[in-house]
Amino acid sequence: MTNNLVEFNNISKFFGSVIALKDVTMHIKKGEIMCLLGDNGAGKSTLIKTLSGVHRPDEGEIIVDGQKTIFDSPRDALDMGIATVYQDLALVSLMSVTRNFFMGREPMKGFGPFKTFDVNKANSIASERMGQIGIDVRDPSQAVGTMSGGERQCLAISRAIYFGAKVLILDEPTSALGVHQASVVLKYIVKAAASGLGVILITHNVHHAYPVGNSFTILNRGKSMGTFDKKDLSREKLLGMMAGGEELDKLEVELKEIDRLSKN
Amino acid sequence: MSAKSKSIQEKSKDERLRKVSKLKVLLNRPELGALGGSILVFIFFGIIAGDTGMFSAYGTINFLEVSANLGIIAVAAALLMIGGEFDLSVGSMIGFAGICIAIPAIYWGWPLWSSILFAFSMAVLVGYANGILVVRTGLPSFIVTLAMLFILRGATLALTRLITGRTQVPGLRVLIENDPIAWIFSADAFKGVFTWLGSLGLIALRQDGSPLATGIPASVIWWIGMTIFATWLLMKTRYGNWIFASGGDKLGARNVGVPVGRVKISLFIGTAVAATVYACVQVLDAGSADTMRGFLKELEAIVAAVVGGCLLTGGYGSAIGAAFGALIFGTVSMGIYYTDVDTDWFKVFLGAMMLIAVIFNNYIRRRVTENK
Repeated sequence: MTNNLVEFNNISKFFGSVIALKDVTMHIKKGEIMCLLGDNGAGKSTLIKTLSGVHRPDEGEIIVDGQKTIFDSPRDALDMGIATVYQDLALVSLMSVTRNFFMGREPMKGFGPFKTFDVNKANSIASERMGQIGIDVRDPSQAVGTMSGGERQCLAISRAIYFGAKVLILDEPTSALGVHQASVVLKYIVKAAASGLGVILITHNVHHAYPVGNSFTILNRGKSMGTFDKKDLSREKLLGMMAGGEELDKLEVELKEIDRLSKN
Repeated sequence: MSAKSKSIQEKSKDERLRKVSKLKVLLNRPELGALGGSILVFIFFGIIAGDTGMFSAYGTINFLEVSANLGIIAVAAALLMIGGEFDLSVGSMIGFAGICIAIPAIYWGWPLWSSILFAFSMAVLVGYANGILVVRTGLPSFIVTLAMLFILRGATLALTRLITGRTQVPGLRVLIENDPIAWIFSADAFKGVFTWLGSLGLIALRQDGSPLATGIPASVIWWIGMTIFATWLLMKTRYGNWIFASGGDKLGARNVGVPVGRVKISLFIGTAVAATVYACVQVLDAGSADTMRGFLKELEAIVAAVVGGCLLTGGYGSAIGAAFGALIFGTVSMGIYYTDVDTDWFKVFLGAMMLIAVIFNNYIRRRVTENK
């Protein structure tokens, strides 16, 4: 037995003749933030969907709490405590904070056919939870559309944690945010991990990943280039390992060439 | 903003915010427009036609009944619209349901109650067909239900002519009296109160001493009951939250476990059943069914729902608003007879009202989703 919350061993996924993922292995421990880095097209989306039960892996195994499992649906993954916060956040901007927080899992009161949505309880839980992460929801019946991008991200994460997530998969939580907003979200992610959750943070932004991550898995063209502990890896090295590093070097050379030719 | 003014704002934050948010809550209610519109319409006719008998017991019952008929389908249409879909087949369903009641009762000798139940089960079937087609194919409900509009109207006409040789089926009146359930759709409520008011001379009487307005029509009771039920459903139940979620963001809702497909199908069944309630009220009131009954009612229901604050894109709206939308519609369509205005202008008013409502709603939505 290991103390890994989840293990993904040698996961492969094929779409017809396309190899979307090949032999990707990742382990997530309690309280750990594992950053999954990769450029566009590296297979991040496919990997997330495989981890969260949308796709079934064609090869490899998923081990949750030491038990080998197969996810048939996102619901299965969710039931085992693996919650995914997608980029679209699954929030409805016209609906209130409370209604979003409990969407699909409304607290009920009463019995039989007269069961009703316990709005008061929902309101107080929602404001309490949002308060814990430092977001003052003056009125939990205000529409989510009035919140900032960072607040929405926090709401979605907070919702996943409230409903029993042990492992959080966060899909580009900072990609659409400004510097300040991103730091708010990152701080919250660190807090969540400190409280004992495992976090898989998917991003292509090294500057967001490096300060918060404990370990880093780099994905390139569907293959894992390995998982590295923070102590073994400098920020520069990490930058270089992402496909972008090499590309940028090449781009620089090419630009110089163009420059030289145009001068002649 | 300077540091000083900021700190002042901090200090007085609580009380000031509370004041603002109360006003904001009111302004952000979807039914505000329809409520305001209703008040305006009443003031307008109060001034123009206050002394013409429009607001006598009889006149009031008249415009309430027109409002109620539309309100019954508008409330269901509003729920569906909040759920993100349209149903253009409502009007045809009214005609179809009417025939489903009349033909078995008159030509096949069924008891009236069983043909009413038959009509309702056909409604469930039609609603289910609409819903499953929309959910399974992913086609816009506008197209699917537009097809259903023609199919149902055509089938109504063809079947009726095939079976009866005509397009109208009269003769239901005699069947109503001894039927165990027909009163649900045809009986007047509070008859005693109206007789009493008549005997006091407070409301107008006929020659024989009975009051001109005999009671609250069943349709008005249905209208109020359905509005209360739909509002309860929307605001107080899990299903209500699912309706908002399904209309607001289908994918998001599905990702957190809302059974979007089932919600939408049930809402389509709701509009078809509401159309059948409408048909029952009309058929039992007139004592006959007509294949053209309910013509264009689907559009009127959509107007009422939109005036009532429903967004065409779904996810926002209210059943109370739709009920008020229907009230505006009914009041104006009857009230116009009490004025000197040519009734031909009614549709102009209808279109203008809808346009204003949509612009207003758009503004409200921006307030709700963008202000910070």
